[in-house]
Amino acid sequence: MPSSNFILLTILGSGLVTWLSRIMPFVILKKFRLSAKVVEFLSFVPVSIMSVLWFENLFIQHLGHLPSLNMPNLLASLPTVLSAVISKNLLVIVVVGVISLGFLRLVVGM
Amino acid sequence: MDSELTVSSASKEILPTVFGYIGIGLAYGIVGKASGLNPLIITLMSLITYGGASQFIIISMLAAHSPMISIILSAFLVNSRMILMSTTLAPYFQKESLLKNIILGGLVTDESFALSMNKVNYTERKLNFTWFNTVNFIAYVVWAMASLVGALLGNFISNPDKFGLNFALVAMFIGLLYLQLVSDKSIKFNLQLLVVGFVLAATFISIIFIPANLLTLVITLLACEFGVVIKHAFF
Repeated sequence: MPSSNFILLTILGSGLVTWLSRIMPFVILKKFRLSAKVVEFLSFVPVSIMSVLWFENLFIQHLGHLPSLNMPNLLASLPTVLSAVISKNLLVIVVVGVISLGFLRLVVGM
Repeated sequence: MDSELTVSSASKEILPTVFGYIGIGLAYGIVGKASGLNPLIITLMSLITYGGASQFIIISMLAAHSPMISIILSAFLVNSRMILMSTTLAPYFQKESLLKNIILGGLVTDESFALSMNKVNYTERKLNFTWFNTVNFIAYVVWAMASLVGALLGNFISNPDKFGLNFALVAMFIGLLYLQLVSDKSIKFNLQLLVVGFVLAATFISIIFIPANLLTLVITLLACEFGVVIKHAFF
């Protein structure tokens, strides 16, 4: 590991760029209104970003080649989706997901 | 989810997310300890950088002795999706003061964003400072605590992967996506389904040539554009 000073500066630097990414839209949009076109575009952010954050975890990246399947995550997703449809309760969904992957890891040994 | 925008409804609604934060936070702390960072530094990174995936990336780049500027650039790229989420959220808080906007904005996460986009389906598309700040604050504290505990446990556990806890956040996104599909009446159900299908195809193809730290942002932008085009063509 590099020196503590180097690590601290790196943390501060990444913290600053991340914080600015988070707050700048709030600061700018305090003064300006978004055009209808942009609002329409942004209306697709929730469904898009939630799908990506799921699907990214179903593949294992091999840059330059087709991805392989992340079998444990793919298999654990099935009961999780089913529990979503049946329960519509986020807490139940998360618990079913964790138990499903835990079962695959500890019992099946994947 | 209910229509109340209070501290108590926020505390209840953040609960499923807390499991995810504990799981990933512990894993992050353990990985950090295993890579040779001390618990103080590990917790400071959670408090200052505060971005799940980016913190794992920073640790691996520090261990590889990468130049500072490339570590910071990677953190920026992987967190740049925050710009998109904050831009989507900001109009809900335009009437709040600038200071409150900065406080809320500074602690936005994937999870608090997803939760609030779900919440507006129950509140006639309204959010307020109290509700969102409570969600953000609990998430922030739990994340930092879990990181610290993980760092302290790091001496005893070497492979945090094997308990299935790191699936908690994936499960949460599955749940929030499903609830979004069935409850968001502002976009037609079939159109949303087409966007989900597009995202799956785009993920499979993009993952071949787009580095992991840019993947989320690029696919989200493509999917939003796809949604707009299809909406105007067929809906």
